[in-house]
Amino acid sequence: MDTLLSSYLPVVIFIGVAMLVGVALTVAPFLVAYRNPDPEKLSAYECGFNAFDDARMKFDVRFYLVAILFIIFDLEVAFLFPWAVSFGEIGMFGFWSMMVFLGILTLGFIYEWKKGALEWD
Amino acid sequence: MLTGIEAAFFYLFAFVAVASAFMVIAAKNPVHSVLFLILTFFNAAGLFLLTGAEFLAMILLVVYVGAVAVLFLFVVMMLDVDFAALKSGALQYAPVGALVGIVLAAELIVVAGGYAFTPELAATASMPTPDLAVRSNTAALGDILYTHYVHYFQMAGLILLVAMIGAIVLTLRHKPNVRRQSVAAQVARTPATAIEVKKVETGKGI
Amino acid sequence: MTTALSTSLSLLGPELILAVGAVALLMIGVFSAEQRANRLVTGLSVAVLVAALLWMWFYGRDGYAFGGAIIQDAFGRFMKSLALIGSAVTLFMSVGFAKSERFDKFEFPVLIVLCTLGMMLMITANDMLGLYLGLELQSLAIYVLAAFNRDSLRSTEAGLKYFVLGALSSGMLLYGISLVYGYTGHTGFQEIALALNGSERQLGLVFGLVFVLAGLAFKISAVPFHMWTPDVYEGAPTPITAFMAAAPKMAAMALTVRVTMEAFAPIAPDWQQIIVFISIASMLLGSFAAIGQRNIKRLMAYSSIGHMGFALVGLAANSETGVRGVVLYMAIYLAMTLGTFAVILAMRRKEGNVENIDDLAGLSTTHPLMALVLTIMMFSLAGIPPLAGFWAKWYVFLAAINSGLYALSVIGVLASVVGAFYYLRLIKIMWFDEPVGSFVPVAGELRVVLAVSAAFTLLYVLIGGPLGNMAEAAAMSFF
Repeated sequence: MDTLLSSYLPVVIFIGVAMLVGVALTVAPFLVAYRNPDPEKLSAYECGFNAFDDARMKFDVRFYLVAILFIIFDLEVAFLFPWAVSFGEIGMFGFWSMMVFLGILTLGFIYEWKKGALEWD
Repeated sequence: MLTGIEAAFFYLFAFVAVASAFMVIAAKNPVHSVLFLILTFFNAAGLFLLTGAEFLAMILLVVYVGAVAVLFLFVVMMLDVDFAALKSGALQYAPVGALVGIVLAAELIVVAGGYAFTPELAATASMPTPDLAVRSNTAALGDILYTHYVHYFQMAGLILLVAMIGAIVLTLRHKPNVRRQSVAAQVARTPATAIEVKKVETGKGI
Repeated sequence: MTTALSTSLSLLGPELILAVGAVALLMIGVFSAEQRANRLVTGLSVAVLVAALLWMWFYGRDGYAFGGAIIQDAFGRFMKSLALIGSAVTLFMSVGFAKSERFDKFEFPVLIVLCTLGMMLMITANDMLGLYLGLELQSLAIYVLAAFNRDSLRSTEAGLKYFVLGALSSGMLLYGISLVYGYTGHTGFQEIALALNGSERQLGLVFGLVFVLAGLAFKISAVPFHMWTPDVYEGAPTPITAFMAAAPKMAAMALTVRVTMEAFAPIAPDWQQIIVFISIASMLLGSFAAIGQRNIKRLMAYSSIGHMGFALVGLAANSETGVRGVVLYMAIYLAMTLGTFAVILAMRRKEGNVENIDDLAGLSTTHPLMALVLTIMMFSLAGIPPLAGFWAKWYVFLAAINSGLYALSVIGVLASVVGAFYYLRLIKIMWFDEPVGSFVPVAGELRVVLAVSAAFTLLYVLIGGPLGNMAEAAAMSFF
C-alpha cells in the first residue's frame, strides 16, 4: 500500500509545483502591474462595437451525437485496459470473451455507419 | 486505518471534494459549476487512489473528466438557455431542499456511527481483493472480469449497444436536399451518361 | 471452465435467443429497404420473443448458472413468461399504429427485444450486480422508447422526465446495494441471507434495505415513487405506454419478490413494514387521484399505481399463499392491461388517435363490441366477481388475512371500492352518454388481442385452476 502511494509522489510534487506557479502568476499582477482603469478601457468591445448579444446560441444536436458516440467507444476502450494487463492469466476464454464484447459493439458500429450517423452533411 | 500523511491527504481530498461539490450547485455561472464538478472528480480520484483502487481512479479521470465533463462544458457554454432565469425560482425550494439534506445527513451520520467494520467479512467475500504487492489493482480486475464475471461483462456490452441505438434514434436526422459526394456514382459515369452531343446549326443558338 | 460455461449457457437458452436475436434484427433492419424494414423486423421480433418463450417452456431446466449469479426456477419461468407475453403482444398490437402514425422505425422492435432481455436478466438475477445490470438494460431501453416520438414535445418530455427520475432511482438502488454489501460482504442473494442469519441486524443494513426497496418501488411505480407515472404514460406514444404498463412491471415485481423473499428473508419484519406502507399508499393514491382524470392514459397510470399496491398486499403477507397471490395478480393484471390498451389503441378517428375519456361517449351505440370488451375490462379492474380481477384481489387479501394483516386488508378493500367509482364512471360514459362521433373500424391484430383478453377475463373461473397450480409451483420456489 505504502509503496503504491509513494509511487505517486512525483505526481504530488508536480501538482504542487504547478499550483505554486499558477498561484504566483495570478497574484503577481495584483502586486506589481501598473493599473489605471477608465470606463472606456473596461467596456465590452467587439470589432469596434459594443457586444451585440449573448455568445450562447442554439446549435445542432448532431454535435451531441458525435460526443455521445465518442463516450460510448471511450467506455468500450476502458474495458480493454484490465483485459490487456491480465491477458496472460485469463487464457483463451478471456480472449474470446472480449471478442464477443467487441463484436457486439462492432455490430453497433456497423449500424451507426449504415445509418449515416458518421456523416456530416 | 489511515495515519500520518495518508490521513492528511484523505482529509484534503475529502474536504475539497465536498466543498467543490457544494460549489457545483451554488455557483452562479454554469461554466463554473462544471469546472467545480471536474475538481470534484479529481478529488474523488484521489480518494480512490488512497484506498488502492488505481484503475478506478484513472478511469474516473479518463472517462468523467476527459469525456463526460468536457461534454457538459460544451453543452452549458453553447446552449441557448437563460440560466439566470432558470435559477431565479430555485431559491424558493431551498427550505425543502435543506430539510431533505438534513434528513440525509442525519441518516449518513447514523449509518457511519453504527458501522462496525468486521475484518472477517472481507475474508468471506466471494472474490477477495488480492494483496497489492502481489497483483496490481488493474490486473486483479482483469483476472475475474472477463472469465468469472463474463455474463456481467457481456451485459455491459449490450447496455452500451442500447445507448448507441438510443443516441441515434433520438438525435439523428438527415437534412433534406443535401447533395452528397458519391464516389461510386462518379466513377460509374460513362461518356454515354455524362456527355450530350448536340449539333448546332450555324447562325443559330441551341 | 468450458464445461461450467456450457452448462451455464444451456440454462440461459431464452436469454441467449433474445440477445443474439436482437443483434441480428438490428443488422437485418439496417440492411433492408427502408419501407419494409419496420414490418419485417417487427414480425421477426415477435418470432424471437415467441421462440424464447417456447424454449423456456419445453427445454427450461432449474439450476444455477455462472457460479450462482443466475437462477432458473419455476417462479422465474412464470414471471418471464408474463414479461415475454407482454412484450410480444404489445409489439403485435403496435403494427397498425406504426403504419398510421408514422412511427415506423425498425429500432422500435429491436429496442423492445433488448428491453425484454433486460427484464429476463432481472428476473433470473440471483445477485445484486446482475439485478442492477439487468435493470439498467431494461430502463435505458425504456427511456429511449418513451422519447421515441422525438418531434412531439410531450413524448420528449416524457422521456426526459423518466430518464432523470430513473437515474435518481438507480442511484438510490446502487447506494442501497453498496450499504448491503458493506454490512454483509456479499452481493449474492443466498449469501446475503446467510450472512444476515448469522449476525444480529445492524442499523446501517436497514438503510441499505430501504434504499434498495426505494429503487425497486420506483420501477413498479409504487407510492411515494410514482411521480413519473402519469406524465410518462400520457406523453409516451400509446403502444409504448401499453408496453410500459405490461412487461416491465412484471419484471420489477418479480425482482422485488425475489430480493425480499430470498436476500432479505431473515429480516422479514423490517421489509414487511415498508411493503405494507408502500402498498397502502399506492392503493389509496391510485384510487383517489384517478377520479378526476380526463385522459384515459393518465387514468390507466393511476390505475396501475393502485394495482401495484394491491399486488404488494400479497408480498406483505410474506407467505407462500402471498407469493402465489402476487404471481396470479400480475398474470391477471397483464391480461386486463393488454385488453384495455388494445381498446385505447383502437380509439382512432379519421384524423388520428384520441385519448380523452369523453371521446368514449356513446361507444355502446357506435361500437357495441368494443364497448362490451372495455366494460368487461373495467368491471374486472374494479374487482367485480366473477371476473378475473376479482380473483386476483381475492388471493392477495386472503393471504394478507391469513398472515394477520387485517388493517391492510380492510384498507385495501375500501380502496378498491373507491377505485370502482372511476371504472364505473367510464362504463356510464360509454353506455349512457350521447355519442360524439365514431371511430374507424378496429384493426385485425387489435381484435385478436381484445377477444383473447376478454375471454381470459370472463372465463377465468373455468381456466383458473391450471394457472393457479402453476402459480403455486412458482411460489414454492421460495419455500
